[in-house]
Amino acid sequence: MTAPLVDGSNPAVALAAAFAIGIAFGWTLERAGLGSARKLTGQFYFTDFTVFKVMFSAIVVAMLGAFWLARLGVLDLSRVYVPPTYLLPQLAGGFLFGAGFVIAGLCPGTSCVAAASGRGDGAFVVIGMFFGVLATGLAFAPLASFYESTSRGFVTLAQLAHAPYGVIVFAVVMMALAGFGVAEWIERRV
Amino acid sequence: MKASGLGPQASDRPYADPYVAGTALGLVLLASFVVAGRGLGASGAFATTAAGIVAAADPARAGSSPYFSRYLGGGGPWLDWLLFEIAGVFLGGYLSARLAGRIRREVERGPRISRNGRLAAAFGGGAVMGLGAVLARGCTSGLALTGGALLSAGSWLFILTAFAAAYLVAPFARREWR
Repeated sequence: MTAPLVDGSNPAVALAAAFAIGIAFGWTLERAGLGSARKLTGQFYFTDFTVFKVMFSAIVVAMLGAFWLARLGVLDLSRVYVPPTYLLPQLAGGFLFGAGFVIAGLCPGTSCVAAASGRGDGAFVVIGMFFGVLATGLAFAPLASFYESTSRGFVTLAQLAHAPYGVIVFAVVMMALAGFGVAEWIERRV
Repeated sequence: MKASGLGPQASDRPYADPYVAGTALGLVLLASFVVAGRGLGASGAFATTAAGIVAAADPARAGSSPYFSRYLGGGGPWLDWLLFEIAGVFLGGYLSARLAGRIRREVERGPRISRNGRLAAAFGGGAVMGLGAVLARGCTSGLALTGGALLSAGSWLFILTAFAAAYLVAPFARREWR
């Protein structure tokens, strides 16, 4: 049997898996300290690089896992959903998201963990985030054409660079390792 | 326990090593690919909740909305995959904090901002993130982590711009944290 194991044919199993995966997700975020806004924002004042270290070790592990499981024929990557690329909306959205992130001190997932561990600021980020999504959704009409613009479909870095999948995987690993080295070096100096 | 919200407490159990926690998070993400054929997410759960509430209040408006209508197909907004996942995130975060003795009723902030100032910034920052996540079609979980690991070009564009913007805005938000 080839993974992914659960498809749309059994919604109850898919939702049970979603809940279990969510528990593990929330657990690891809390263990890493990412339910704390002060710890998260240390990233942007060069005092605590936990955000970068956790995020990029997770990306590297999941990327290598997906690459090798696909190579071994265990995982069918064509059935794994890849977020599509829309250049300008993701450039503008990324900019607003990053600005909101350093003001809020938490991102959407970590705000849920902060709220669950008793923090009032976490609850307010959850409420603010919900308000932002609701308000944007209600006032969506003038944004609709921008939202659909500059679509590039399900394009990967490998396709963009006309390079083999494995070469890009290797490059991301090297970049992450270099980033970890720089992060450790800066943390020792401040 | 009374907590000041101004910094770590002496009684805090230390957090996990970031590389160990990151590796565990990567394995959770990989398990999600293998089991469900999709990655993690967070902002989508906010979107499906918003769609569900609008649909309950004004079905015609939700159905004709180009944004909300996409969340109303299938089993409907309340049986959305990400909604169940985010419910798990709340429970997993709570259990982990509880077992480590890290449940704290506090408002985390720097020493130079009032409690209400911090709560206002949390709400406002959250709202701006909400707008950004709608435009970008995802957040740190669904777009950055998931798409980053699958090498989506748009995800890497989002990671780079979000980090750049956060570093650019950080000096202006310094009062809130340092």
